[in-house]
Amino acid sequence: MVKNSHSSPHDSHAPQSFWSHYVFSTDHKMIGLQYLITSFIFLLIGFSLMMLMRWQLAFPGHPIPLIGSLLSSAVAPNGVMTGEFYNQLGAMHGTIMVFLGIVPLGVGAFGNYVMPLQIGAPDMAFPRLNMMSYWLYLPGGLLMLLSFLLPGGAAQSGWTSYAPLAIINPGQTVWLLAMVIIITSSLLGAVNFLTTGLNMRAPGLSLDRLPVFTWAQLVTAVLLLLAFPPLEAAAILQLMDRVAGTSFYLPAGLVVLGQQVKASGGGQPLLWQHLFWFLAHPEVYVLVLPPMGIVSEIIANGTRKPLHGYKTLVASMISIGVMSFIVWAHHMFLSGMSPMLGNFFLVTTMIISVPSVAILTCLIYSLKGGSIRFTVPMLWALAFIPLFGIGGLTGLPLGLTTTDIYLHDTYYVIGHFHYVVVTGSIIALLGGTYYWFPKWYGRKMDETLGRIHFWGTVVCMNGIFFPMFIQGMAGQNRRYFDPTAHLHNLPTQPLHVVSSVFAWLLFLFQLPFIYNFFSSMFKGERVDDNPWEATTLEWACPSPPPHGNFVKTPRVYRGPYEYSLPDQTRDWLPQHEEAKALT
Amino acid sequence: MTTALAHPADAPSSGVTNAKLGVWLFLASEVMLFGTLFTTYLVLRMGAASWPRGWDVLNVPLGMLNTFVLITSSVTIVLSYVKAAEKDLAGFRAYMAATIALSFVFLVVKGFEYGAHFKHGEFPSTNIFNAVYFTMTGLHGCHVIGGIIVNTALLYLSGEDFEHPLFAGRVEGAGLYWHFVDIVWIFLFPALYLL
Amino acid sequence: MSDHSTAAHDVRPYYFVFGALLVLTVVTVLVSYWHLPPGPAIAVGLAIATVKASLVAAFFMHLKGERVIIYGLLGVTTFFVIILFLLPITDSNWTSERRPDKPALAAQAEASEH
Repeated sequence: MVKNSHSSPHDSHAPQSFWSHYVFSTDHKMIGLQYLITSFIFLLIGFSLMMLMRWQLAFPGHPIPLIGSLLSSAVAPNGVMTGEFYNQLGAMHGTIMVFLGIVPLGVGAFGNYVMPLQIGAPDMAFPRLNMMSYWLYLPGGLLMLLSFLLPGGAAQSGWTSYAPLAIINPGQTVWLLAMVIIITSSLLGAVNFLTTGLNMRAPGLSLDRLPVFTWAQLVTAVLLLLAFPPLEAAAILQLMDRVAGTSFYLPAGLVVLGQQVKASGGGQPLLWQHLFWFLAHPEVYVLVLPPMGIVSEIIANGTRKPLHGYKTLVASMISIGVMSFIVWAHHMFLSGMSPMLGNFFLVTTMIISVPSVAILTCLIYSLKGGSIRFTVPMLWALAFIPLFGIGGLTGLPLGLTTTDIYLHDTYYVIGHFHYVVVTGSIIALLGGTYYWFPKWYGRKMDETLGRIHFWGTVVCMNGIFFPMFIQGMAGQNRRYFDPTAHLHNLPTQPLHVVSSVFAWLLFLFQLPFIYNFFSSMFKGERVDDNPWEATTLEWACPSPPPHGNFVKTPRVYRGPYEYSLPDQTRDWLPQHEEAKALT
Repeated sequence: MTTALAHPADAPSSGVTNAKLGVWLFLASEVMLFGTLFTTYLVLRMGAASWPRGWDVLNVPLGMLNTFVLITSSVTIVLSYVKAAEKDLAGFRAYMAATIALSFVFLVVKGFEYGAHFKHGEFPSTNIFNAVYFTMTGLHGCHVIGGIIVNTALLYLSGEDFEHPLFAGRVEGAGLYWHFVDIVWIFLFPALYLL
Repeated sequence: MSDHSTAAHDVRPYYFVFGALLVLTVVTVLVSYWHLPPGPAIAVGLAIATVKASLVAAFFMHLKGERVIIYGLLGVTTFFVIILFLLPITDSNWTSERRPDKPALAAQAEASEH
């Protein structure tokens, strides 16, 4: 084994004071953990908002038990939530989950902590910029939350903020300001990740030896770098519409509630949708690529064999990255966009499904013939494959213009993208947490609690989202505050109760995880530097890695997944170990 | 910082320093930002019932003056980089100070233009052309202010850091950004004033 | 950077580019005084601006003789910017007849309805 489990000489370089070590740290590991904890809290907040909404959907018009009495009478008179409050919860749930939860978790936390280790770098290329990213993300997120307390409440036009509705609705200004801050944070992060990945690799670590997770981070960073600025610009234009009275997205002669809107007009509402989805479709892949990278790492490690089709995986990720910029308007088939242009986007959408399927195929083939170790991380990775598959395949009818006419804006859509980002991304991110926890703290998370967490979570997630496919195909519209107000929704109303009960159960099954996380930090089973017997570089440094990470800059001799080589005594051969005289 | 782990010479790299690569990546994102604004301009203009010709509503001589000012400042900042690379502190300071002074001239001229518009009761809300004009030039102005901050910081730091091996690289990075601001204006000027 | 990055830089190209930029600025303004119709005006204005921007990028930003990685980055960015221009503009043009705030077209539509 590597001889570095002793305290490293670099410990003395570590920052000393509490503030510079835990708060304004420039160490990528501490920033990664800051991102990890913060984004998990935001995920929990976003989830809590949804649990409130689930009450309204399951039992519309009934007072919310316990929590209803705590809410102010402005948003929930007598404990029954108002439509405006429901809309605020919906908009904020989407925004928080996407921009403050999953992206910072996949990129800010895992990318920040693991990528520099996987490439054998002492830190990110720009440590202070890294700190700034976090310290823009946190205030931006807090500003977003704060908007609930402001007069007019939080934004209530959905996370997509379609104009002109968003320009007229209250609460949107703070949302836009917070978004500009959060986007800036992501941009700084993307610059940092790309520079680090391209310039800071250890000797011998050529691009064709990079672990898939690092590849996923690099592709993700390109998407963040080039897709986020258009939303930043679009948000600034919408901010101008709200604050300076311009009409970028307001057509002439707009009438709202019987009143002519006072604006010069001349703008185009569809322009917002184009600019928004120009970001937001690549954004979907920002949500999915890092989790795919995590799953690839765990699968290679858990099956004890090289990933099937490493080059195909990497090429698929890159082509997904490129293609993701030319599919965006499949979100807009029914928006009044030119139907001829819709055909173009239909074709590109069908094309982008090919590399996605290639990735899943590679992962499935990797399982074939492996001597699989069913560790807790491996369970999550295994669950990812079929569930993400469901998410992906249910997207095809939405990408075809004809079937989309029927399914658009129904619960089917909600079911589809939650299968992608919840049973896809979040499951992979939870698996990654179990996988890299020993590297963060030098201790393992508890196995039994992990298994309880896994089975409960997977069952509940399916219980929440599967009924939505049925509701959607039965014609139930999304975003409606009271589904029972429409006769055609009544037959599928019981499914809302099913979804809601599973949502609340899902919360209960997160409690073992939260307990496990914090208790394992201090009392978990101590493990050595490479408890999973893995091959990539992050396992070559001490756990937890000291300031500067590696005792000696590692040198890389081979590709990332050299498992079960026939002429070796062990079934893994790390990237940094010189090949010994073979047997 | 982590000098104990100096990057080995045979490590793979892009061949460009971190600072330079970082600035170029940032500029790529800026291209997308201003690209979005130009898309907005084109979509709104092509879709508009009527669009004023720039020379009827804007002050072309002042716009041309500002173009000269920015182009000159681009020359001065590239010369300040040359001086920094040649380790000529006085020369660096002179050219950098000139760059900052020219940036202020640009903002003052822009301020006069804005003032004249406001005096005639022309605001961003007046019509869609004004919305585009004020937003695009306003965001460009914010970038000029950002450049002034960076360049002033470099001028200030040159007292201590001028001998630092990475200092010229930082000046080069600031220069790249500043040239980008210049390029944006090179496109903004004809798009708003002359077409 | 070019070969002579050691001591004395050759600054003459900078002054040459400076002169060219000033001249081109004057030219583009003078052309605008002819009040060409929008089509040719845009073509000329855009062409001159592109030349100017290229001069700044090639000489002041030292893109001439830059590393492949920077070219690759700018190539990818350019590709996506073109997409960002092309598709929304296409959509806007193909749907323009449906927008009521084009008064002439709206009037036509009304006339044809009656």
